[in-house]
Amino acid sequence: MSSIAEQSNTNEAHHAHQPARGFKRWLFTTNHKDIGSLYLIFSLTMFLIGGAMAMVIRAELFQPGLQLVDPHFFNQMTTMHGLIMVFGAVMPAFTGLANWMIPLMIGAPDMALPRMNNWSFWILPFAFLILLASLFMPGGGPAFGWTFYAPLSTAFSNDSTALFVFAVHIMGISSIMGAINVVVTIVNMRAPGMTWMKLPLFVWTWLITAFLLIAVMPVLAGAVTMVLTDKYFATSFFDAAGGGDPVMFQHIFWFFGHPEVYIMILPAFGIISTIVPTFSRKKLFGYASMVYATSSIALLSFIVWAHHMFTTGMPVAAELFFMYATMLISVPTGVKVFNWVATMWRGSISFEVPMLFSIAFIVLFTLGGFSGLMLAITPADFQYHDTYFVVAHFHYVLVTGAVFSIMAGAYYWLPKWTGNMFNITLAKWHFWLSLVSVNVLFFPMHFVGLAGMPRRIPDYALQFADFNAIISIGGFAFGLSQLLFVVVVYKCAKGGDKVPAKVWDGAHGLEWEVDSPAPYHTFSTPPDIK
Amino acid sequence: MGKLSSSLWLILFVFSQNVLANSQYNMRKGVTDISNNVYQLHMTIFLICCVIGVIVFAIMFWALIHHRKSKGAVPAQFHESTKVEILWTAIPFVILIGMAIPATKTLIAMEDASKADLTIKVTGSQWKWHYEYMGEDVEFYSMLATTQDEITNLSEKNSNYLLEVDKPLVLPINQKVRFLMTSDDVIHSWWVPDFAVKKDANPGFINETWTNINEVGTYRGQCAELCGKDHGFMPVVVEAKTEEDFKAWLAEAKQAKQKAAAESAALLDQVVPKEELMALGEQVYMANCAACHQPTGLGLSGVFPAMKGSPVILGDVKGHIDILLKGSPGTSMQSFAKQLSIKQIAAVITYKRNAWGNDTGDVIQPSEIQAALDADGEAK
Repeated sequence: MSSIAEQSNTNEAHHAHQPARGFKRWLFTTNHKDIGSLYLIFSLTMFLIGGAMAMVIRAELFQPGLQLVDPHFFNQMTTMHGLIMVFGAVMPAFTGLANWMIPLMIGAPDMALPRMNNWSFWILPFAFLILLASLFMPGGGPAFGWTFYAPLSTAFSNDSTALFVFAVHIMGISSIMGAINVVVTIVNMRAPGMTWMKLPLFVWTWLITAFLLIAVMPVLAGAVTMVLTDKYFATSFFDAAGGGDPVMFQHIFWFFGHPEVYIMILPAFGIISTIVPTFSRKKLFGYASMVYATSSIALLSFIVWAHHMFTTGMPVAAELFFMYATMLISVPTGVKVFNWVATMWRGSISFEVPMLFSIAFIVLFTLGGFSGLMLAITPADFQYHDTYFVVAHFHYVLVTGAVFSIMAGAYYWLPKWTGNMFNITLAKWHFWLSLVSVNVLFFPMHFVGLAGMPRRIPDYALQFADFNAIISIGGFAFGLSQLLFVVVVYKCAKGGDKVPAKVWDGAHGLEWEVDSPAPYHTFSTPPDIK
Repeated sequence: MGKLSSSLWLILFVFSQNVLANSQYNMRKGVTDISNNVYQLHMTIFLICCVIGVIVFAIMFWALIHHRKSKGAVPAQFHESTKVEILWTAIPFVILIGMAIPATKTLIAMEDASKADLTIKVTGSQWKWHYEYMGEDVEFYSMLATTQDEITNLSEKNSNYLLEVDKPLVLPINQKVRFLMTSDDVIHSWWVPDFAVKKDANPGFINETWTNINEVGTYRGQCAELCGKDHGFMPVVVEAKTEEDFKAWLAEAKQAKQKAAAESAALLDQVVPKEELMALGEQVYMANCAACHQPTGLGLSGVFPAMKGSPVILGDVKGHIDILLKGSPGTSMQSFAKQLSIKQIAAVITYKRNAWGNDTGDVIQPSEIQAALDADGEAK
């Protein structure tokens, strides 16, 4: 035994204990913290690029009439905005947080498959380079919406579709590798004594998310491949003339797409379940029911996909099934919200920046959940479907939901990553400006949607003009506010007040037992779990 | 508490009935029994959400205000309660069942398109609607009537901006009208908010839906499914008339169709002067072709081919006529054989072959178009 230990010690002596210098450090790194940082920086970059595209959309929609861009370019912007925000901003941000925090939270020295970890990050920039480059092709980039419904994406799309397909394939491979890494790490590398029901909720939610990813990313790969062969190799998966069915595309896409939206919210639940107890100074209420609720949401996510397709003409029995199944999801989701409120109840609450974002998350995500419940009611969905009401709904769950949780997590762990406290005044400005502007941006969308404004249109009837002007102003304000976030993160990385190992007095978990900033290698010997 | 919640209900109810209905803030009640049911469902689920939201967030904000660290709050130790957890799983479940029952009833009624008095076949194509009155020998295309000048801000926008068409769909009130939806190219979605009817038009498949309008009036909607570049520019306008007015309109439409056929037949022996064809051709081009090929004839690089210097236009006349009559399968280029009269087709081909420096000098007569149509008919 001891000789093995010595052997490994001498082996370690040959390794650098500190990171290499310069570009090579980042290119060749297998360190979970470095890769986590890479993911997070990449995600922030994509968030700004996707946001810039949203600014183009909102500028065009500021007034009725066509002012700045032609409708074809407008469609490219809505398509790219969606693709970049989903695959480039939100998903990599969660993967970045997983890379940084999961080994720290379960007492593991690194991710289980560090070389694959490097690979799964480094193919991502190329995927998005390909996708973004397609904008400069003759005919422009993809213009069929991020949902790329056939046949608009097959026979009727331009030739950049091949690039789009290739880019999505690479993103999918990256996600699958990242997910496998998370599963293997959590199953195999928990410190002794870290039993399943002791796992921090962020780890639990990510484990479930990873299984969702492994299940549905191949389905997306199948969908884009069929689009590719339909367009270039004369197959007829989605073409009635050859025996195919365009609606089948939607079934396949949403079989991926609905679990995908939970992929973007389950880790958010984990983050909020970590932060709320810290600043309530009280244990999370209903830990076990949180785990069960997350699992049941994940399972239900596989049997609700067709609620995105109520207007495609399904048998009434299918419509009823998908309506009931969708309504059912509100039960476990409700349990989560109730648990958070019960955690705060009779706590000792303080309002640090991560807590502010978490409280905003709980209120605004629930609002998005309510509009989701309304959308589940099939007869009403016939009126809501493909209007700005839907746009409002999914931006409430994805921006004030997923993105706010990422911001909360970033502020929560930033001092641990850098060893410095961020500028609290600036961070509070960022929060309050974001909170106000995001509601000016997305709340009136409910109204224009109910009043009948379809989504994905570059110009609109005059009765929608007032609200659209307000929405655009909210959009510009929200976009600009995010620059503050960049400033706060940059300044925090550069310096600031030094923080102790346990940054927040109410925090629990292994990540708070290592120094701040977290050393390059942590838990080389497993910690004791009490 | 009981008094408080009942007065809250009352306020919300009055508010919803009088202020929100048919305002620019809310869903329209519409003009059919179904759309009224849908509106009621919408308001019910909305109010349920509001009440739950108010209760949950009242409790949360109470905690945020009273259980603050700065107020010296000491955290309690509880962190689970099976009773409470079962309760807040069961209560939402009961509410959902209460909501599912009326929704199911309405949905089943909405999906029953049987015993219709009149059937309309609705066909979407990029970017216009085609309506066919089944068994009545009346059919026409319905296109955006808003001018390019209004869209590009060169002239004042009228009050029905983007929600007006050249020929609206005319329907009778108090009759069950069945719609058969399909598409010639990509997926479109036919939506009239006042009927609570939204149904996708899928290429190669037929969808079914129906309405029964209660009031005379003009009802406006839009295509709801992204269908390419001009998705935002294919409105739906329905004019609902009394049964007598509808019958009169239908008879008139049939007459107009016969008259147009007679005019086309008369054209076969005539030679239309080039100036007339060019003038008409420009009009037809701007209305039907310019959306893709652009008013300049330059197209959109990589998406829609240019007309200026196009090999089809500068080549053989027969090939040019062919592509207009048959379209180019699997692309956005559709068949115009049914959309335009032979005179319009002759005019637009003449225009394209002589505009933008395409100086072929060719003049195409309506009779040549008819000959091509006849040849196609024989070939079939």
